[in-house]
Amino acid sequence: MMAVKKMLEQEPSEIEMLLPFHAAGTLSARDAKRVEEALARDSELAKQYAAIREEYAETIGLNESLGAPSARAMTKLFAAIDDEPARKPSMSSRISAGVSGFFASLSPRTLAWSASLGGLVLLLQAGVIGAVLVKNEQPGTFQTASLSMNEPITRSLVPEAPRALVKFAPEARVADITALLDLYQASIVDARGGMFRLQFGTKAMSKDEVAGLINRLKGEKIVSLAVAAQ
Amino acid sequence: MSATQAASDEVLIARIARGDRLAMQVLYGRHHVRVFRFGIRLVRDEQVAEDLISEVFLDVWRQAGKFEGRSAVSTWLLAITRFKALSALRRRKDVELDDEAANAIEDAADDPEVSVQKKDTSDALRKCLSSLSQEHREIVDLVYYHEKSVEEVAEIVGIPENTVKTRLFYARKKLAELLKAAGVERGWP
Repeated sequence: MMAVKKMLEQEPSEIEMLLPFHAAGTLSARDAKRVEEALARDSELAKQYAAIREEYAETIGLNESLGAPSARAMTKLFAAIDDEPARKPSMSSRISAGVSGFFASLSPRTLAWSASLGGLVLLLQAGVIGAVLVKNEQPGTFQTASLSMNEPITRSLVPEAPRALVKFAPEARVADITALLDLYQASIVDARGGMFRLQFGTKAMSKDEVAGLINRLKGEKIVSLAVAAQ
Repeated sequence: MSATQAASDEVLIARIARGDRLAMQVLYGRHHVRVFRFGIRLVRDEQVAEDLISEVFLDVWRQAGKFEGRSAVSTWLLAITRFKALSALRRRKDVELDDEAANAIEDAADDPEVSVQKKDTSDALRKCLSSLSQEHREIVDLVYYHEKSVEEVAEIVGIPENTVKTRLFYARKKLAELLKAAGVERGWP
């Protein structure tokens, strides 16, 4: 009986199990509210949540440090595709092709002309910020990974300049964020799930300088998470 | 990922189903780094992870016509990657691969104890994250890095939603134990 009780005591609560998903921003609005309320009244839970945020940041940092594959993988893939027999499209793909056409007609043009158009970039940044903030305010929307705006808004600007993944506090306004971007001479490279990948300045920085930069960012009121990235 | 981006991925899949090579290049460009990183964390071998990417996207090329859009394309990709990674691990018939690989990784740099001596919790955390079992690593990565919801992780890993939550909890508990063994106390559990 005691053993069962002990086991039961060790069982995590539902809220406890939701904390990592809350940190990652993947809970429904209803669950997120439940977690927020529990965090406000339970200091032990808040302590655990602080540890989770640390794990979250380090997991991102660890994965970002893994680099990218060589071109060999792509060469191999397309050689294999060339060897594949030609095929006829299926009924389902013909149906989805109709849907595709609809969405394709709505797609924005590639924004590859970023570097020289500072004003436009700023405008676009505001748009990206707005889009991400608005998205995060929508309760219960289906959110998936890698929002990654792959159209290069500023990606090709200065590849060697330091980058960081930054999450802004929910109360941060677009004006606050653009002010912070100005202050740090930062550009948005891409954004996903409420997280922005920012590029700072136009020059490479030493490891210490990057660490200092990340620490300064962490100290900003509107920044809830900052981690060095590639 | 925004709804527009998810829809755009579906558009690409529809075009790939019709044999559009350019759409394949775009989809590849959009997702291959994440597929690679998820793969390398599972197989712990760069060459194998690169081979995985080719296999995963070749499957996409072949199966695009069967994609029904019930989940996001990125979720589908990660599920294929996981399946291929586990198959690759089985092919290597290296039962103790996990431990060996973990040791290899730890040998390559400081072990957790050394990191703690340096008072660098961040380094220790990363080392301990690398030392988790494959089951625990994948769930931590899917939730924290790939930002997958409970439902999506359940679909990728093929386990019930409640198991997703409990498995992540125990992965975190294991992480805390590893950190504690390395001398890092974080006040939980």
